[in-house]
Amino acid sequence: MRKQESLTGKMDWLTIILYGVLVLFGWSVIYSSSYSGDEKSIFDSSINSGKQFQWIIASVILAAIILIVDSRFYTTFSYAFYVLLMLFVVLVMFVGVEVKGQRNWIRIGGFQMQPSEMAKFAVSLAVAKFISGLNVDIRKWKDKWRVFAIIGIPVLIVLIQGDAGSAIVFVALALVLFREGLESYYLIIGASVTVLGVLALLVNKFILMAVLLAASLIVIYFSRRNKKLALIILGLWVVASGFVFSVDFAFKKMKPHQRDRINVLLGKEVANGKDWNIRQSIIAIGSGGFLGKGYLNGTQTKLKFVPEQSTDFIFSSIGEEFGFIGSAMLITVFLGFFYRLLYLAERQRSKFSRVYGYCVASILFFHFLINVGMAIGVAPVIGIPLPFISYGGSSLLSFTVLLFIFIRLDTQRYDVMR
Amino acid sequence: MNKDLFKNRHQVIQIIIAFFSVVFVLRLFYVQVIDSKYVSLAKNNAIKELDVYPTRGMVYDRKGELIVYNEAIYDLMIIPRQVKGVDTAKLAEMLGITDEECLHQFKILFRVKGYSSYKPNVFLKQLSLKDYSRFQEYLYLFPGFYGQVRTIRKYPHRVAATILGDIGEVSEKQIETSEGYYKPGDYVGKSGIEKVYEKELGGRRGKKLVFVDVHNREMGSFNNGEFDTLAISGDNVIATLDIKLQEYAEQLMQNKKGSVVAIEPSTGEILALVSSPGYDPNLLCGAVRGKNFNALLTDSMLPLYSRPTLATYPPGSSFKPIVALIALHEKVQGIDYGYPCNQAYNAGGAIVHCSHKHPSPTNVQYALAQSCNPYFCQTFRNSLEKNVGMSTAQSYDKWVNICHSFGLGIKTGIDLPSEVRGNIPTVNYFDKIYGANRWKFATIVSLGIGQGEVLTTPLQMANIFACISNHGYWITPHIVKKITDPVSNKDVTHEYEKHTALIDKEHFVPVIEGLFQVVEMGTAKAARVEGITLCGKTGTAQNPHGDNHSMFAGFAPKDEPKIAIAVVVENGGYGSTYAAPIASLLVEKYLNDTIATKRLPIEKRMIEANLLNKYGVHTNKTAAMNAEGEE
Repeated sequence: MRKQESLTGKMDWLTIILYGVLVLFGWSVIYSSSYSGDEKSIFDSSINSGKQFQWIIASVILAAIILIVDSRFYTTFSYAFYVLLMLFVVLVMFVGVEVKGQRNWIRIGGFQMQPSEMAKFAVSLAVAKFISGLNVDIRKWKDKWRVFAIIGIPVLIVLIQGDAGSAIVFVALALVLFREGLESYYLIIGASVTVLGVLALLVNKFILMAVLLAASLIVIYFSRRNKKLALIILGLWVVASGFVFSVDFAFKKMKPHQRDRINVLLGKEVANGKDWNIRQSIIAIGSGGFLGKGYLNGTQTKLKFVPEQSTDFIFSSIGEEFGFIGSAMLITVFLGFFYRLLYLAERQRSKFSRVYGYCVASILFFHFLINVGMAIGVAPVIGIPLPFISYGGSSLLSFTVLLFIFIRLDTQRYDVMR
Repeated sequence: MNKDLFKNRHQVIQIIIAFFSVVFVLRLFYVQVIDSKYVSLAKNNAIKELDVYPTRGMVYDRKGELIVYNEAIYDLMIIPRQVKGVDTAKLAEMLGITDEECLHQFKILFRVKGYSSYKPNVFLKQLSLKDYSRFQEYLYLFPGFYGQVRTIRKYPHRVAATILGDIGEVSEKQIETSEGYYKPGDYVGKSGIEKVYEKELGGRRGKKLVFVDVHNREMGSFNNGEFDTLAISGDNVIATLDIKLQEYAEQLMQNKKGSVVAIEPSTGEILALVSSPGYDPNLLCGAVRGKNFNALLTDSMLPLYSRPTLATYPPGSSFKPIVALIALHEKVQGIDYGYPCNQAYNAGGAIVHCSHKHPSPTNVQYALAQSCNPYFCQTFRNSLEKNVGMSTAQSYDKWVNICHSFGLGIKTGIDLPSEVRGNIPTVNYFDKIYGANRWKFATIVSLGIGQGEVLTTPLQMANIFACISNHGYWITPHIVKKITDPVSNKDVTHEYEKHTALIDKEHFVPVIEGLFQVVEMGTAKAARVEGITLCGKTGTAQNPHGDNHSMFAGFAPKDEPKIAIAVVVENGGYGSTYAAPIASLLVEKYLNDTIATKRLPIEKRMIEANLLNKYGVHTNKTAAMNAEGEE
């Protein structure tokens, strides 16, 4: 019965509508942040909004093509995509053009593309392909290493290119692995390491260790009959102490600008206004107030106090012009969008589609987390775009491809695959 | 580890996403709604308050001649960031500076921290319109440079420096007391009319709110200028000066130290007020101000000292009409009172000599004409001793009061920043020196002939003659006639106080007659001008430091006085040597507009008279500077 439904009837229109809302909203904000009162049209290709319009058209065409192609194309050629994109990313190191000090752009015709952006969907496809393979269990070390390798290779290449922002995005796939059964202590250890690392930089390390020791001793006291547990806890304390010291050591070995970035994030005073970007972003958002200054009326963003206002810091334009109401609504839309993706992923019959769906949701969420967090001063300064909102062809096209492959997979969720 | 800590892993992921979203919303709520500091931080960021400076008012003389105006000059500005490939040699040549100076400027602007590469900085200050227009044609060769117009004061007549005054940067103290109006770097009047009428001339500064971008560049007005206030231009000042007369007076006074004060008796308007040596007021304008100010300040001739209101001299014989008037008013002697002059007056041992031989005066007119010292000593004595029922001290007190009513020993109230009272010693003063009742006429006899403790400013001298010419009243002398709002053309005129001398009117007639005879046939014959009924009195103020000061004070015409004048030439000797001829030339010029041919030699002699060696200087420094200023 369902098979006879048309393609359009099977598509998840809610997701597509949310996608459309975000893209169009982003486009209008890009216009606002490139608007300087000279009454240029939103379509004027001499300003960012005009260029973004062309990218939106391109994205719509690309989305349509993706939807037309049978989903088996993506499942079958997952590895091929992966290998191809990896070659591309490597190639770009030799033939690419340099933009903002990073040689990771490739020029095709009049447009510049960042292959590392495109790598996201290829890696997602490869991870989905691998995990959905017969007899694959990521609890086994053999399979664990393989999936780590699939994720790790692009991370390494991108890191070598100096694009730490793009590299760190792949951390998001940890959520996918977690969903697919990776032992929970990875998550616990990951969270502990993060918390301990932050504390190590914020608090005097000796006090920190003393407090931890006290906590350990209390636990040991209450479970004193279990000598094995006591040993484990003591061992953990030793490991934690070592970690705290190495974090401190590593921090001191860092380059000054890296140290500054971390200090900014931790809310410490930074000399010479190194926290300028963040401060300006928060000022812009804060000055928006409850209702915002109104569309096209933002002063802080318009007068270029906020850097990268149509790309990495686009959220400060939103916060300034639309205020708390607008910002909270945008976050709600994103939240709804992520929940819809998770819902779609969970309803897949095929493991491939589910894993891929989780990859899409995780990657988009991670971008959202870092980008908005950075703009409001609760996440490190990592220059990655806000999905569908930020200006830029590479990111919009790559997010579109990433999302619409999943929408296409979803239309065929009742088909027998694998 | 066979049991999973998380049973529903997809829910854990949902919780993670929801958790961070909530954190974000809470953080936004804090930043946007609770913490209000960001609104003002944003304003400080993006909105800049700019001052809009009003044009300073202009000054005209009594005949409508422009005597102070604003001239456009240009500061050559540079925006370092926009500068590309400058040909510094060419630039230096175009600007008329040396290559080294040019390179030095570049070095400062490009190397020294604190100069924003986006903000305009001054590259070269105060180019004249001529220099700038020449440079402007080549401006396209120098991207990043542009001219910013400013104004400086210009004084086309190059005279009356101490009256007109100058403008300079506002002092710390003024900034403090201005309740936030003045800011460092503002220009205000520092002396003369510029200072006294600062409020009127200065106008009212306006405010403009503009958006500035991150590089502090202006990006348009805030709220379409809704909160802007316009600058209100300064009012124009119409001075009472006759600038032609002022110029002529300064010319006559060149190479001499001294003062000229000319007043219109009926109104108290100052027609000319000369402090010699003078200087070109343009010397204290613009970029050269600091250098020139120091040179003027250290000049031993004290050109910055406003002699007409600050210098005091014993009035000498010029004081005698007052002595005569008081005696007549008190009826201690009549018009026809005579006193034998045997060239000396013995006041209890103190001998006062007469300066020249003349027949004994038989009335007050003749005594004035001959300036007979013994006669006026006796007249003064009569005033002190012949008042029925009054002691010497009481009589003297009355005498002092009458002097005060002539504006002597008190400030006249002229609208210039500084004025001294001169001195008419009081009863208290003598009581302190000699003890109460331990002094008498003989102790203070020299007051009767304008010597001793009595001191007057040249302004007071001119003023008492204005009062005499008016038969007993004077109007507060003033330098500003009216103030005009250039926009509405409305005038503001001050009412100046009319002061009445404590002398019955009828007594002025014989004294004026005596003063007329002084010029017609007495000590000031040299000042006689055909066809002008000049009345006056010479004076020779004794000067313990050198030659006596030559003085003359008078008015003309006798019946309908148009001008009262006082001239002091320091170390000029007798009043008839310099002061009387100079005063007569000024009166002639003012009344007839020309100098009679046969008096031209006198004019020439006065102009050429050079007393510099008497002051111990050989060249007139300020004159040299003035010449430089002509370039």
